[in-house]
Amino acid sequence: MTDAVVVAEGLHKSYGDTPVLRGVGLTLHRGEVLALLGPNGAGKTTTVKILSTLLPLDGGSATVAGYDVVRDAAQVRRHISLTGQQVALDLKATGLENLTMIAKLSRVPRRQVKARVAELLDGVGLADVAGRRVATYSGGMRRRLDLAAGLIARPRVLFLDEPTTGLDPRSRRDLWELVRDVVAGGTSLFLTTQYLEEADELADRIALIDHGVVAAQGTADELKRRVGQARVELDLADAADALRIRTAFPDIADTASDTSAASPTVALATDGSLAHVRELIAGVESTGVVPASWRLREPTLDDVFLTLTGHAAHAPDAPEPGTTITQEKAA
Amino acid sequence: MTTTTTTTPRLAGLRDALADAATMAGRSLRLASRDLDAMITATAVPVMILLMFTFVFGGAMAMDIDYIQYATPGIILLCAGFGAASTAVAVEQDMSGGMVDRLRSLPTRPWTVLFGHVAAALAKNLVTTGVVFGVAVAIGFRPSAGVLGWLGAVGLLTLFVAAIAWVAAFFGVIARTPDAAAAVSFVVMFLPYVSSAFVPVDTLPTWLRGFAQHQPVTPVIETVRGLLVPGTPGAVVGDQLGSTALVAIAWCVGIGAVFAAAATVAFRRRR
Repeated sequence: MTDAVVVAEGLHKSYGDTPVLRGVGLTLHRGEVLALLGPNGAGKTTTVKILSTLLPLDGGSATVAGYDVVRDAAQVRRHISLTGQQVALDLKATGLENLTMIAKLSRVPRRQVKARVAELLDGVGLADVAGRRVATYSGGMRRRLDLAAGLIARPRVLFLDEPTTGLDPRSRRDLWELVRDVVAGGTSLFLTTQYLEEADELADRIALIDHGVVAAQGTADELKRRVGQARVELDLADAADALRIRTAFPDIADTASDTSAASPTVALATDGSLAHVRELIAGVESTGVVPASWRLREPTLDDVFLTLTGHAAHAPDAPEPGTTITQEKAA
Repeated sequence: MTTTTTTTPRLAGLRDALADAATMAGRSLRLASRDLDAMITATAVPVMILLMFTFVFGGAMAMDIDYIQYATPGIILLCAGFGAASTAVAVEQDMSGGMVDRLRSLPTRPWTVLFGHVAAALAKNLVTTGVVFGVAVAIGFRPSAGVLGWLGAVGLLTLFVAAIAWVAAFFGVIARTPDAAAAVSFVVMFLPYVSSAFVPVDTLPTWLRGFAQHQPVTPVIETVRGLLVPGTPGAVVGDQLGSTALVAIAWCVGIGAVFAAAATVAFRRRR
């Protein structure tokens, strides 16, 4: 592909005896957003560090902006920018001072530094607080300033390593808006995330990484189609209730779950539309079964992993973005 | 926000490297100047030690002249040790925070980052040393050096502080916690005590004398003392001063060069 700005082939990396990457292959095309989606420890950050020349690789090869990340590391650095998981800002300096320093180090021509910094502060909505020390900024403001710092040099490829981890939903949405603006300006974006929702929102293509291997690649819709659909889950009192539900919905009830458990859960497939969910609820009520609790579940990162890798994702600190409705009823 | 135009940054030459070094020095200085606690500690502790040695221990030191004449050069060296701790901690914070990844993914050379910290250390030490010196003069220190003597003493002290700052930078790069980084000051501050800083070396037990005589701090102190207060007991003079000064310079340049190289390599290697 001639328009590829990142090409990685068979990346291998071990820390001591522990293999972290076991043959990662990826392509990012010009103007595209690629999300590397996976749980903690899957190898996302290691991949980003290799591609941004911060880590040497043990095997395989990679080019970024047409330059080899090992042989032409200095050239690669002139065309990329990295905004890492940890905010890379001086807390005791102001927003303005932080960006001015990065602008100078990024070789922005001296006479343009001031204008460029002002433009970016404005772009990320921090012009009003530019004179305040970063220590007084909220988490969301710090991330936005950090993103601005990554954009100063007008990189051809922007690497964002888990840009919204730890942010509240509102700040996350704000940051997504910013990222969309950046991509609309023509920057190619290599994003890592552990949130399916984030990949869904931002990415043109998603690469699912697990245990150092890319398990699946495709658009969000392609992956979701492989994962399946939304489900209404019913927590029931006993096996008899489970049997009644299954009999009432023979086509859409899952038959895999264990109904002999003390309080079985039965899932009903749905397209997630209000009409269909209402229909299901009416159907459940007509059987006379009263679930202890129920919820509507969208496919989650866990489901994606369960389906595509055959085991659950281990991301204990990740919230459950797929849980859209939860309702408890007295049993 | 517009990101449509692409500025291809110029190839990094020496000019760029020097500009980066200046930018990084400005950054470190700005951060240091906002860390008032560290500045106060780095100034107050040497002043307290100066007062303690002069008024508490000074009376017990059997010397022909005021003890302060003898001890002040050593106290000034102690300042470098206190400054070293904050330098090492500042470097460690860069390494353990996200900053190091951003800086390393920029077209900036590794040494410019560390150089920034070393330059800030020099400036900080200039301030603290000035304060300590002022207090020393206020309580009776009377240097008798000429212009050349002053220039030589300041030059050597600057060299010494720079060498210690590179040692501190190295410790900052390899340390995994701020506490570990701060431990460098123990090493650096211990050396002046086992030297001719506070007592003449020939008053030490024989087994310690060899070390005290040949460790790097002793020739530095002897030279500074010889330049500033040539009249004090044990101060080296004449040809001997010249050769002691050469040894002192060799130590400082050697330590500085070795640790600057080691710190730069460690900076590049640390993941």
